Amino acid sequence: MRYYRAGMRIGFQREIQYRVRAFLMLFGFMIEPTIYLVVWTSVADAQGGEIAGLTTGTLAAYYIVWTLVRVYNLAYAPDAWEWRIREGRLNEFLSQPIHPFHRDFTFFAGAKFVWTLAWIPVAVFLTLIFDPVFDWAVINVVGFVIALWGGFIVRFLMLYALGMINFWTTRGSAIFGIFIASELVLSGRLVPLELMPHWISDIAAWLPFKWTFQFPIDTFIGRLSPQEIVSGIGFQAFWSIVLALVFVLVWNRAIRRYGAVGN
Amino acid sequence: MANPLDIPVVVDALSKTFKVPVREAGLGQSVMSLFKREFRDVEAVKEIRFTLDTGEIVGFLGPNGAGKTTTIKMLTGLLFPTAGTARVLGHEPWRREKELLRRIALVMGQRNNLAWDLPAVDSFELNKAIYGIPEDVFQKRKGEYIEILDVADIATKPIRNLSLGERMKMEIVAALLHGPEVLFLDEPTIGLDVTMQRRLRQFILDYNAQNGATVLLTSHYMADVSAMVSRVVVIDHGSILYDGPLAGLSDRFSAHKTIRVEATDLPEDLGQLGRVLERNPARASIEVRREDVSTVAGHLLAVATVTDLAIEETPLEDVIDRVFTSESGGSDDTQN
Repeated sequence: MRYYRAGMRIGFQREIQYRVRAFLMLFGFMIEPTIYLVVWTSVADAQGGEIAGLTTGTLAAYYIVWTLVRVYNLAYAPDAWEWRIREGRLNEFLSQPIHPFHRDFTFFAGAKFVWTLAWIPVAVFLTLIFDPVFDWAVINVVGFVIALWGGFIVRFLMLYALGMINFWTTRGSAIFGIFIASELVLSGRLVPLELMPHWISDIAAWLPFKWTFQFPIDTFIGRLSPQEIVSGIGFQAFWSIVLALVFVLVWNRAIRRYGAVGN
Repeated sequence: MANPLDIPVVVDALSKTFKVPVREAGLGQSVMSLFKREFRDVEAVKEIRFTLDTGEIVGFLGPNGAGKTTTIKMLTGLLFPTAGTARVLGHEPWRREKELLRRIALVMGQRNNLAWDLPAVDSFELNKAIYGIPEDVFQKRKGEYIEILDVADIATKPIRNLSLGERMKMEIVAALLHGPEVLFLDEPTIGLDVTMQRRLRQFILDYNAQNGATVLLTSHYMADVSAMVSRVVVIDHGSILYDGPLAGLSDRFSAHKTIRVEATDLPEDLGQLGRVLERNPARASIEVRREDVSTVAGHLLAVATVTDLAIEETPLEDVIDRVFTSESGGSDDTQN
């Protein structure tokens, strides 16, 4: 716990050095959901203001919250692992009595507070443009805060476990590309899963992706009952445990292959 | 006989072989390598054995690619060995147990372990949390080290704004805050100016004297070696060539000494006494075989009006150079 406080502080301090970069990154984050938002609100308008039960206001809320969820589920990417292994940059972490996971996790967790500050003007701008409809019930807000961090933990573990592939192959970036494509379709990142064919939402139900995107968003915009929020957080916990176990198992084998190249 | 568990570092038949991809030059070979990759085994370290005693500072010497850094990486838990064993403070290092990692430190001269964008004091705080250093101990050590190295004014500047020498000072402070019992220093003074090198050397020597820490040091600067170590382990092509006192290195690998003489009437035939390294009317340097030193010195004193005469060991750089350039890795005295 003592380390987590110090690590997050360092993550926050490092990121605040680059606050302009953080703001530009967040500004860039607007582009992807804005495209989705424009497309789907146009479709909804063409169908009388609603599509699959989602009004234009709900769709606007969905994609505005999307930007914050995206900030929170940013995690250490597998292609960065490729660089880290190739350049021997893991050395500095391995010689200290703390697992690299904690170093990376706390850095990202700390940085999120800076990114959240940079997100506020982006959210205000999008809200003024698209007129979203939110449901500010306490259960939604509290559930959202938990789900937001839960989504971060699940996605961080997913990407961290995936990053281990780089210990065996130099094609980690290609596999990361497949992951991103799957995530776009199966998480609610591209579009709420209700707008996807049923077989895709059926597959998504068995995978961890939706708990990192659509679940936190739906929690905040009031599309879930209190029971669904609680069970969703339970699913996040379940996937966190499964992915943590997978990561530990793979890490113990992967690290034996580390070449520690360079000085 | 000392209990093996009391010896801080024990290395026994430790080996490391890397599998390295190989291919011939050319586009055709590049395409072929997509379908069939060929690998070659490179033995970086071959069954090496040595121990380090408590409080000892040992120089680990060798040319580039000799296996020094690979060995240090195995001893600090960065690399798994291919064969053999090693124990550092009673632990197998590659298991990376926290109990061990809290008691050792690794400093690599060309690597930056501190947060690049933040002042060193922030990284020190992080290390306090990582190593679980009690607040009072942390403050005492930090204050002490900052004062000794005279870095109070730069400790609060972002690392990226510091010079190489200033960064190294900060790296050393960060590495010693938790009071490591075993220190692995890989080229700690590389790229530093002479004054900075001297300062860091003294700092490490003081740390060793005060804490009884064991130090394994690699350096290409012989000034580091001669100032800090009494024992050296020499490695080349992954095998240990020599393990013993620094003074013994010259005896073993250099069969010569240098006589420097100043005289008003130096004889013309100095070449008959040995290899003349330098000659001018009033001064000469002659390299002679060890066993001939007293005879040659006596002869010079007898035939010339000598104002000064000094007998010197071959410079350490030259001895090391001979060790690595000699094919057998043995003595340069081809008669033996």
